[in-house]
Amino acid sequence: MNAQDYINLINGSYLIAAILFMVGLMLLRTPATARNGNRLSALAMLIAAGVTLVDRNIVEFEYIIGGVILGTVIGIILARTVQMTAMPQMVAVFNAFGGGASALLAGSEFIRLADHGDVPEYVGTTIMLGTAIGALTFTGSIIAAGKLTGMVTQNPIVFPLRNALSGLLALVVITLGVFLVFEPINNELVFAVLVGVALLLGILLVTPIGGADMPVVVALFNSYSGLAGVATGFALNNNILIIAGALVGASGLILTRIMTRAMNRSLANVMFGGFGASGVDVAGVDGETRPYRSVQAQDAAMMLGYAGSVIFVPGYGLAVAQAQHELRTLADVLQKRGVDVKYAIHPVAGRMPGHMNVLLAEADVPYDQLYDLDQINRDFAQTDVAVVVGANDVVNPAARSSEGSPIYGMPILNVDHASSVIVLKRSMASGFAGIDNDLFYLDRTSMLFGDAKSSVGSLVSEIEDL
Amino acid sequence: MLESLILSLTVFVLATFIGHSVITKVPPTLHTPLMSGTNAISGIVIVGAIVASGMTDSALSQWLATGAVVLATINVVGGFLVTDRMLRMFRRRERPAGRDSGT
Repeated sequence: MNAQDYINLINGSYLIAAILFMVGLMLLRTPATARNGNRLSALAMLIAAGVTLVDRNIVEFEYIIGGVILGTVIGIILARTVQMTAMPQMVAVFNAFGGGASALLAGSEFIRLADHGDVPEYVGTTIMLGTAIGALTFTGSIIAAGKLTGMVTQNPIVFPLRNALSGLLALVVITLGVFLVFEPINNELVFAVLVGVALLLGILLVTPIGGADMPVVVALFNSYSGLAGVATGFALNNNILIIAGALVGASGLILTRIMTRAMNRSLANVMFGGFGASGVDVAGVDGETRPYRSVQAQDAAMMLGYAGSVIFVPGYGLAVAQAQHELRTLADVLQKRGVDVKYAIHPVAGRMPGHMNVLLAEADVPYDQLYDLDQINRDFAQTDVAVVVGANDVVNPAARSSEGSPIYGMPILNVDHASSVIVLKRSMASGFAGIDNDLFYLDRTSMLFGDAKSSVGSLVSEIEDL
Repeated sequence: MLESLILSLTVFVLATFIGHSVITKVPPTLHTPLMSGTNAISGIVIVGAIVASGMTDSALSQWLATGAVVLATINVVGGFLVTDRMLRMFRRRERPAGRDSGT
């Protein structure tokens, strides 16, 4: 084969890989076909990476082989050992690696071309974009993962002029980038400063964002990791990088939009608003304690055991308490008594898009018992008991009625329309938004205090004794 | 140069449109696997990283590229495996045989 034959072989294989990626994503339309879709995408990746090895520019394989082996071992260990409840931080860490890989590759390309004394302006521009987006995705996602594991405080860290400082850093990155596009030779140090500032910017962007807003952040950086790949693809003039990166970028942006819509907030408000920071019009309008009804597991068990229909509403508290298996057992016990059981899933329940669905799938809950906001909201009015497990702001009627509330206009689950409501909660403390929840003070609401796992467990044993 | 820029932009715009129409059809219940799966796909930079890591003209450049190979491989291998692990758990109402179905 001559040189052109190799290039044709590579590009032809990239076309096949691109088709397989798209078909793979199409198969994610239903849970039944999704697993095959994922396999197709993996096959596409294998083809793309494998055929790249025949590239004639490669002169030695030691580094490649070493890198692939090391990455494979780490990847397998991570994928095998991660707990399902730790999935949000796992996704955040993978976003970080995706961004980091793009930044490293763009940097490698810049240094090589600069060494040769030839960095065309168009290539330089895309290299700077890939480096900057990749670097801030790296640190931003690491901070997000830290917040999700609790290693970094979940509270928003806000200080005066933080947005001005972020803006200033962004300006520095852009200025250095433009400079390097026109003066690429012998300016490695300037490039290193650009990388450093972009890394810092990533940290600064995420620290002011609260834990419950992490679904938006994770989805957004998911998109960025794809866009960093696109920029690098432009620099290398490589179509498969552009296509795959564009698919990831689109996916992340769609998820980001779904999340912000489900919070009724703009992306700018999530990123720069410092939402949920302590001191911002917190709860207790008049400071007086309002009456509420606290019940024991026995009473709650009676309500559930003799109900005709029950809807469970899981939230982040379910993940924290790791109570998904107990909840599923409770559902089983109720179904055995002839109770109709459903689960209502709010789009922003938990810490990432689809968090509750994965958690419940782990506990073997069939996915056709899980309902979306739109699918189930009418059903609450015909439901005997709604059980809220570790959710708060997503069931707060204030979102519908009180115009001054920070969550006003956010679509919520109409739990308060059910004939009776049982709320499993540790205490009367307010949720992430820092506002009181009127649902807890309704006549038909019973509060069952305690850790979700043990509360659900005692409900199970009480119902079995009925 | 301009020619290849326009070609690349064409590919990018078309892929974004296809991505948008395909991904809006993914149901909310699969949003987490969608994220971790697309995450693995963003490991596609491995393609560029492999080539750059096999070129010996600059030691620093080669080391950076090898770092990119490691990170991208973690992304690809870990991402697809963990997505598969999740998707394996999604099942319909029918329980696996062997369990008492109460007939």
